[in-house]
Amino acid sequence: MNKAVVSHHEAAHGSVKTYATGFAFSIILTLAAYLLVVKNVFNGWGLIFALAALAVTQLLVQLVFFLHVGRESKPRWNLTVMAFAAMVVVILVFGSLWIMKNLQYNHAKIPSTEQIIKDEGY
Amino acid sequence: MLGKLSWQALNNGPIVLGGDISMLLAGVAVVAALTYTKRWKWLWKEWLTSLDPKKIGVMYVAVAIVMLLRGLVDAGMMRAQQAVSVGSSHGFLTADHFQQVFSAHGTIMIFFVAMGLMFGLINLVMPLQIGARDVAFPFMNSVSFWLFASGMLLINLSLVVGQFSAAGWLAYPPLSEIAYSPGVGVDYWIWALQIAGVGSLLSGINFIVTILRMRAPGMNLMKMPLFTWSVLCSMVLVIFAFPILTATLAMLSLDRTLGMHFFTAGGGGNAMMYVNLIWAWGHPEVYILVLPAVGVYSEVVSTFSRKRLFGYASMVWALIAITFLSYVVWLHHFFTMGAGGDVNAFFGIMTMVIAIPTGVKIFNWLFTMYRGRIKFATPMLWFMGFVVTFTIGGMAGVMMAVPAIDFQVHNSLFLVAHFHTMIIGGVVFGFFAGLTYWFPKIFGFTLNERLGRYAFWCWFIGFLLAFVPLYILGLMGATRRMDHYDASLGWQGLFIVAAIGVAVIFLGVGFQLLQLAVSIKRRHENRDLTGDPWNGRTLEWSIGSPPPFYNFAVTPQVHERDAFWAMKQAKASIPQTEYEDIHLPKNTAMGIFIAASAFAAGFAIIWHIWWLAALGLIGIVTLIIVRSTAEHPEYTISAEKVAQMEAEKA
Amino acid sequence: MSEVLAPPEVQHLNQRQEADAKTVFGFWVYLMTDCVLFASLFAAFAVLRGNTFGGPAGNELFSLPFVLIETLALLTSSFTAGLGLLAARRRDRNQVFLWFGITMLLGFFFLSLEISEFHKLYVEGNSWRRSGFLSAFFTLVGTHGAHITAGLIWMAVMMARVARQGLGSVTIKRLTMLSLFWHFLDIIWIFIFTIVYLMGAGI
Repeated sequence: MNKAVVSHHEAAHGSVKTYATGFAFSIILTLAAYLLVVKNVFNGWGLIFALAALAVTQLLVQLVFFLHVGRESKPRWNLTVMAFAAMVVVILVFGSLWIMKNLQYNHAKIPSTEQIIKDEGY
Repeated sequence: MLGKLSWQALNNGPIVLGGDISMLLAGVAVVAALTYTKRWKWLWKEWLTSLDPKKIGVMYVAVAIVMLLRGLVDAGMMRAQQAVSVGSSHGFLTADHFQQVFSAHGTIMIFFVAMGLMFGLINLVMPLQIGARDVAFPFMNSVSFWLFASGMLLINLSLVVGQFSAAGWLAYPPLSEIAYSPGVGVDYWIWALQIAGVGSLLSGINFIVTILRMRAPGMNLMKMPLFTWSVLCSMVLVIFAFPILTATLAMLSLDRTLGMHFFTAGGGGNAMMYVNLIWAWGHPEVYILVLPAVGVYSEVVSTFSRKRLFGYASMVWALIAITFLSYVVWLHHFFTMGAGGDVNAFFGIMTMVIAIPTGVKIFNWLFTMYRGRIKFATPMLWFMGFVVTFTIGGMAGVMMAVPAIDFQVHNSLFLVAHFHTMIIGGVVFGFFAGLTYWFPKIFGFTLNERLGRYAFWCWFIGFLLAFVPLYILGLMGATRRMDHYDASLGWQGLFIVAAIGVAVIFLGVGFQLLQLAVSIKRRHENRDLTGDPWNGRTLEWSIGSPPPFYNFAVTPQVHERDAFWAMKQAKASIPQTEYEDIHLPKNTAMGIFIAASAFAAGFAIIWHIWWLAALGLIGIVTLIIVRSTAEHPEYTISAEKVAQMEAEKA
Repeated sequence: MSEVLAPPEVQHLNQRQEADAKTVFGFWVYLMTDCVLFASLFAAFAVLRGNTFGGPAGNELFSLPFVLIETLALLTSSFTAGLGLLAARRRDRNQVFLWFGITMLLGFFFLSLEISEFHKLYVEGNSWRRSGFLSAFFTLVGTHGAHITAGLIWMAVMMARVARQGLGSVTIKRLTMLSLFWHFLDIIWIFIFTIVYLMGAGI
């Protein structure tokens, strides 16, 4: 007899309302991001952060309303595995960007004296 | 019609031809033996189409041992070459051939020997340890094995048709790009690994779900045997690292086959990004290999010290810590690639940190032994050998974690000695300990102890003879992968010692094969009648040797750690609850067919036979769809039949 | 885990539910590995985003209105897939065909838009061979497209199965996994849309 982890199917499956809510929010977030760029509201780092925030928000909306994440009964292995995956994704993407950018450190133009003092302390 | 394939591909030099002929003769011998003993049907029904993880495990180990022999021959050739190729002599291997040899050696040892032994042991032991009858997805398990076998076949085929990669076991660009490696070698490397890699990923998923959802009632996570814990952590590493390998190999393949510019030396490519991505996989990979090995040690040390493992909780936390930390150290493989001080320092510090949980484990094993009643059976000897070698190699590792030191010894023989110490002392010794420890359980008879001891001592002494000179040579400035060096350097003596070391290791392997042969011959005298030859502590020892095909007639109830030991102490026999019907998966050849399609597709892409590649891909999809229509691929053993079988055994 | 064994029919039901839950969990784990696969391709894209080798960059190549239509199509298909799964749980065959049918149509529409975008780039000389940036673009977006294609094939097979065998527990289990897959692909697209197209065009 296996461990009787009977997941509470009904609670974790959503309804037409959940999907419709998620859909509505997602459309709004998509259009917002689109308009931010097309209307040139701001650029540079401000734009990047805004777009990232909108994307992450839509991710969370879809995770909750479409994928019902966090609604399963304990033990919440789905959530744990996803958290670990998120950690690996963040480390891989941002770690790679950091490393690859940093490889230019020794290939950069000869820095000014102020820059050398700032970087190396003397 | 046949792409780049032509009769030219069969043109091989004399040494490779020798290898081809050996493989052919071995194949002929196997076919002859099977025909003569009329065992083709038996092989097909009992082994090849079986979904029983015990059978699949044995097949993994068998393939791994065969590949170990090939990898050792490569090692022997390298040592022989480097012992004589000094000054005016250039040895017996051309530079190109030498490069293929070291590329093949590394690739085979990591992907087909170490991974094969690991997946083999996990299949054999883990379900038994958690009181389960099978893994979560038995069909997928079979697919994983056959994909592994496909990869193995591709890499062996490269010896006969075409050539292998000469770009090292990790094939860095730009050397591995089409411009500098125009032959098929690197493509063989890519596709053998890509196919085997998918198998590994599927196994990772399979074993995680098995451990998380199929444990016997009462066995919560902190009551699991440590080997099972180590498997869980290793499989978490597998599922999050192997996709990186898949993506990176795909990108390299796209560069080579479709003219893309991910890593090319021009066109906007960035070769350094390959190094970054491949090691983001590569570092977790080495922990994937070593964690199950140290899991074995935990079992072996507590059993042969007749004592509960010291510090179970800290052992578990050490495993978890190592799992997390594996993802933040990968840059230590390329400190010299040009990153600045802050990046190098971060990764250097994290690398030193990861040594701490490892140290915790070693101390816990030693504390387990303290005041234990130690029996130095062969598995325990392998552990002792590990303690000595791994400590040496570990110290070398912590040294190299300091970027400034690494700048001096990166890509020298010091590095080579370090990682061989880790892999041989840690992984290989661990899997040998596991194989000798669990052999009686799987096959029902014990291995000859005396030959096992001889094998161990030859491996241990041979290892020291082969690799201590390499540490010294590395510090003296010797670079890795040299097919020739100057006489004035005075290195030849040490290379000769190293070659002798490898010869001693070969002797050790000879003893292992002899041990197997002798033990099989004497198996009737050495039957394991109790199922518990070592006075073990965990559930696998509570059933007969070999286990019935359904493992447990009645799923055990677990109340504490070292569940079987607890049962023995309480002198409780398994309570005679009602037998139930048992459902097991039917045999199927689908795994073989899917892997054969993958093999065909891989071979076709290598040789640019596009119609065959398309066919192979369509074949895989079609076979999966066909399999999905199979209803009830299970059979049932009624409760009465189970009772009858159990009664017959008793 | 009670001491009294449940009667056989109830045992069987619990075992089957447990087996189904196990399979769906396994599929979830696979989806997590696919996240890391896409993360590797995103990392490569991010690193190579400026490597245009003298050729055009994102802002010269991408039509944002076009991409918006693609995005809304895929998003809508994710919604309809969810409705299809709800219908399956209700054992409503007709609604299952309706909603998954719409999902497939939207999926095909998305794919055809994407293929036409690729085709346009190719004939204008901006193929995957042009630069590191374009190699990364075609591979990241193309891999997503390949997953969409696989999903559509799977959907077709599932519709055939529903037509022949109705909505048994195995079929519902597989439709659950298919829906997870389809939602996951839309989530990946959020990031492609944002990072490749919006940031590519906007910065």
